[in-house]
Amino acid sequence: MSKQEWPLYEVFIRTKSGLSHRHAGSLHAADDQMALDNARDTYTRRSEGVSLWVVRSNSIIASDPAETSAFFEPAEDKIYRHPTFYEIPDGVENL
Amino acid sequence: MKTDEALLAYTLRLADNALILSQRMVELVAAEPELEEELANANFALDFIGQARMLYTRAGELEGLGRSEDDLAFTRDEHEFRNLLLLEQPNGHFGDALVRQFLFEAFYVHLLDALTRCSDKGLSEIAARAIKEVKYHFRHNSLWLLRLGDGTELSHERVQQSLDDAWRYTGEMFVADEIDAVVQDQFDGPDLVEIQKLWRRDVENTVREATLKLPEDQWMASGGKQGQHSEHLGFLLAEMQYLQRSFPGATW
Repeated sequence: MSKQEWPLYEVFIRTKSGLSHRHAGSLHAADDQMALDNARDTYTRRSEGVSLWVVRSNSIIASDPAETSAFFEPAEDKIYRHPTFYEIPDGVENL
Repeated sequence: MKTDEALLAYTLRLADNALILSQRMVELVAAEPELEEELANANFALDFIGQARMLYTRAGELEGLGRSEDDLAFTRDEHEFRNLLLLEQPNGHFGDALVRQFLFEAFYVHLLDALTRCSDKGLSEIAARAIKEVKYHFRHNSLWLLRLGDGTELSHERVQQSLDDAWRYTGEMFVADEIDAVVQDQFDGPDLVEIQKLWRRDVENTVREATLKLPEDQWMASGGKQGQHSEHLGFLLAEMQYLQRSFPGATW
């Protein structure tokens, strides 16, 4: 019997209410429901989250690493676009 | 039978169920077909070990002889264990282990639910913690039953066989003896007649959805709750208790 790999899924976790989902890793699953279950068992065992997203890896349209310079470098020398001149008030943790 | 004796015996049965099933699941660690399912199984086994620990500790308090959770788990003999026969059955293949857990947890989830309302605070608190874990297990296992039952011809055939094989061990769960009766009457404990109805409903729904056939009612094995076990429990205990038997009192 040939060993067929289950499709790959990417897992996103929201650690607490109010924050956005962050990429946590990936896993294999045979269907969407299983992907959600597996994400729960693989990535949230130590109360890492309050919400989970899973998405088939092949549904993600990713930027091409070979085009990194054309894609991102033009933004780097325009410092006036970066909000680096603000003082961050004390007590603001997630900015 | 005195009410406190019955409560102790009842608590030990619950503890033994959790421990023996977890030991069977631990045997599957590093033997699951997929990494993700491996983690889920180990996770679930740990849930049961956690429940067993709380229940044995509670039983030790009720007994009042100073026996610890480890004493109760690792130094009692086969005939002193009161777990259900279903749970000590060997793992078999993936479908066998799945069906065993599915059939037990369909029962256990309702038993725990009833226990959250019992008048013994120790038990009701443990049940309230455990039920969240078990609800998730049951959901996970139900989905697997659907996948296998409604999957390929081969998976359907094999999991139907698992269901047929395990069926004879399900009757024991609902046969109330004196201990069950005392806990029901004196501690507002579970009504096994009621729980059997809920179990049957849930099992029937999932089995039908999985395109499987509910086995015919047949002769049912029993005795685990009274300490009469199948030939498998002795081997399980020999392995599980080996360390404490060889080095009594050994700790990490």
